[in-house]
Amino acid sequence: MMTTIMPEAILMAAEKMSDGGKHPLTAMFGRDETATGVGYVIYCYFEIPEEKTVDGFKVVFNPNGSLEYDSITHVVPAAAWYEREIKDMFGLVPKGHPDLRPLVLHETFPEDFFPLRKNVKVNAKVRGERQFKVRTAKGEGLFEVPVGPIHAGIIEPGHFRFSQAGEAMLQLDAKLFYTHRGIEKAVEGKIPYEALPIVERICGACSIANTWSFCQAVEKTVAVKVPRRAEIIRTLLMELERITNHVGDIGNIPAGVGFNPAISLGGRLKEKLMRLNETVAGNRFLRGMIIPGGVAKDITFELCENIHQVMDEVADGVEDMATMFREQENFQNRVQTTGIVRNQTAIDLAMVGVGARASGYAHDSRSDFSYGVYDELDFKPYTKSMGDVAARLLVRIGELSASFEMMDKLIELLNNCTEQELSVEMEYTEGADWGISESARGSNFQYVALDGDGRIDRLFVRSASYANWPALPIAVQGDIIPDFPLINKSFELCYACIDR
Amino acid sequence: MFKVLERIFKDRLATENISLSASDRYRGPIEGSANSDVLKECAAVCPVKAFNVSGDKYTVDYKKCIFCGRCVEACANKAIDEARLRHKHEDALPVLIESGQEVLQEVLKEKLGRSLHVRHLDAGSCNACDFEMGAMSNPVYDLHRYGVHFVASPRHADMLMVTGVVTRNLEQALKMSYEALPEPKLVMACGACAAGGETYGDTYAVVGAADKLVPVDIYVPGCPPRPTAMIMALLAAADMLKDRMK
Repeated sequence: MMTTIMPEAILMAAEKMSDGGKHPLTAMFGRDETATGVGYVIYCYFEIPEEKTVDGFKVVFNPNGSLEYDSITHVVPAAAWYEREIKDMFGLVPKGHPDLRPLVLHETFPEDFFPLRKNVKVNAKVRGERQFKVRTAKGEGLFEVPVGPIHAGIIEPGHFRFSQAGEAMLQLDAKLFYTHRGIEKAVEGKIPYEALPIVERICGACSIANTWSFCQAVEKTVAVKVPRRAEIIRTLLMELERITNHVGDIGNIPAGVGFNPAISLGGRLKEKLMRLNETVAGNRFLRGMIIPGGVAKDITFELCENIHQVMDEVADGVEDMATMFREQENFQNRVQTTGIVRNQTAIDLAMVGVGARASGYAHDSRSDFSYGVYDELDFKPYTKSMGDVAARLLVRIGELSASFEMMDKLIELLNNCTEQELSVEMEYTEGADWGISESARGSNFQYVALDGDGRIDRLFVRSASYANWPALPIAVQGDIIPDFPLINKSFELCYACIDR
Repeated sequence: MFKVLERIFKDRLATENISLSASDRYRGPIEGSANSDVLKECAAVCPVKAFNVSGDKYTVDYKKCIFCGRCVEACANKAIDEARLRHKHEDALPVLIESGQEVLQEVLKEKLGRSLHVRHLDAGSCNACDFEMGAMSNPVYDLHRYGVHFVASPRHADMLMVTGVVTRNLEQALKMSYEALPEPKLVMACGACAAGGETYGDTYAVVGAADKLVPVDIYVPGCPPRPTAMIMALLAAADMLKDRMK
């Protein structure tokens, strides 16, 4: 149960919950509960792996009193971004935070604009000015390289400022959140089913992960049990999304070094998977499948056959790619020891997904939590210890073979499932809960609160990329700037997911 | 090295002719009919206000439509008679603004004498459109065979290809990129966000569709448009550019 504490007690509570880093910070977010007389609230969730759950505390602020609290970033480094975001969105100020610049709202928003407070209208077009200084290193012979927000390739927008000592990257500051669309505010006042098309479109590449976490949170809130067939289909879709993304990634990482045969082969395989996705869901990004209460469409026996066949073809292709990577010495030369994230860094930043597992940190929601039918799949996280680009590539390849095996089992489970029901009726009631799922990029956490009419009062989305972005500037330090695209691609972080 | 070559030769040619038809479950444009009460239900469930009804006639604004299929679902649940709305299982066609005409498949036939350099601009997209743009360069679609290339700077481009609903944080980037394009310049609004701007509703962080800020010449419906629809739109844009250069 979430305990309620006063702002003065936050540091002690955080230290106790975190237990020296044993319990990674899952999420930290604000909520405006002034309407019910509570005030502004900060929710802190930590992961408790030994109990397969998350737990934490909430900090209540009197809206007429002081809106300051002691920053917990010094004891829980992973809190750095969350605290900045809460300051932008609710105006709660973390005292002693090492970097109090804005995070989400850029220069055209006024300083005293806090969009997630309830007294701000969803379409408030407030304009003003605020400072957003990019950080640079100063010194003799040092120079800056500004990149973005519009990049040379077809990628999402972000501004990178490299401080260079010759070719070596001394420091990287990333200004992100360019695609901030105000999604968390946009869904307020909608019933979950109405909000679903928006949640599905938080991010193109992670639509199953986002909708699954969202629906899980809603289903837990209103205490319904999803039919078994739907649970199997959801798990299958999640693995299909993972395979699509991982294959896309291992075909995209070679683009960081111009290794064209691998890019082409990866592109072909990904196209096969995108077409399979369309056959299954009617959309190449698997949109329109997961709904609150279950799934919208069945995966029939014929579709299973189809999936099986494509999986076999893709598995062969992935094996060929793995061989290509292994045998190409100059490729290995580029990816080994490049962009290292040390194990302790991964733990300190509470990294998730491929990024964490490539640094020997076995964080995987599929085994850390109990959801879908993962318990029946005999699954173990796949880790590597080097923490470099090569390790992140190998983790993806390793996970792909695990996912291919899981797909076989899932198809078998589905064919043996006599239950035909795909979804249950939802009656939305008041309450709040969280949902979690392991996307291709890592754990995706969402918190949903429904009001008395069953309408969304608060949605908080913590995608995997949110936890991993802060690791990128650390990974690049000391490497040469031509390796940046390679290192960046090896993390393959979403911008849309974190910007919301 | 030789092993890589050996592996390359193992694959046959992957490049395909462009076809707009899709799989059976694909949610393409809406066709069919229903009575006016049912149509009103369809309009009510549309999350992006793209479904408009007058009497027993309806129109769908494909600039805004996110192809979620809720109108077709609502119709299936409510209709008591035979009449139904259905999805066509093919891409929605891109629309040129100059003539107000839909781009016809004819554009695919002409293969030579065209060239177009494109600068992509993500103005606040969910990255689905961006991924599909990337897919156009894979061996299956091989966009380069049509003389269309993506370039690194707006100064090298004939056209700005905008994806995503324009956010407050990217408003300036869009304006500056447009100004940096040399004349004659074209703008394509690719996908429901850039073309219609209703995907997430109107929020404090959103400016809206691309045409709120820059003049748009061609709209590509879809959420996201499939690479095939994008290629058709790009070829139509190349033809448009050829006309403007005359």
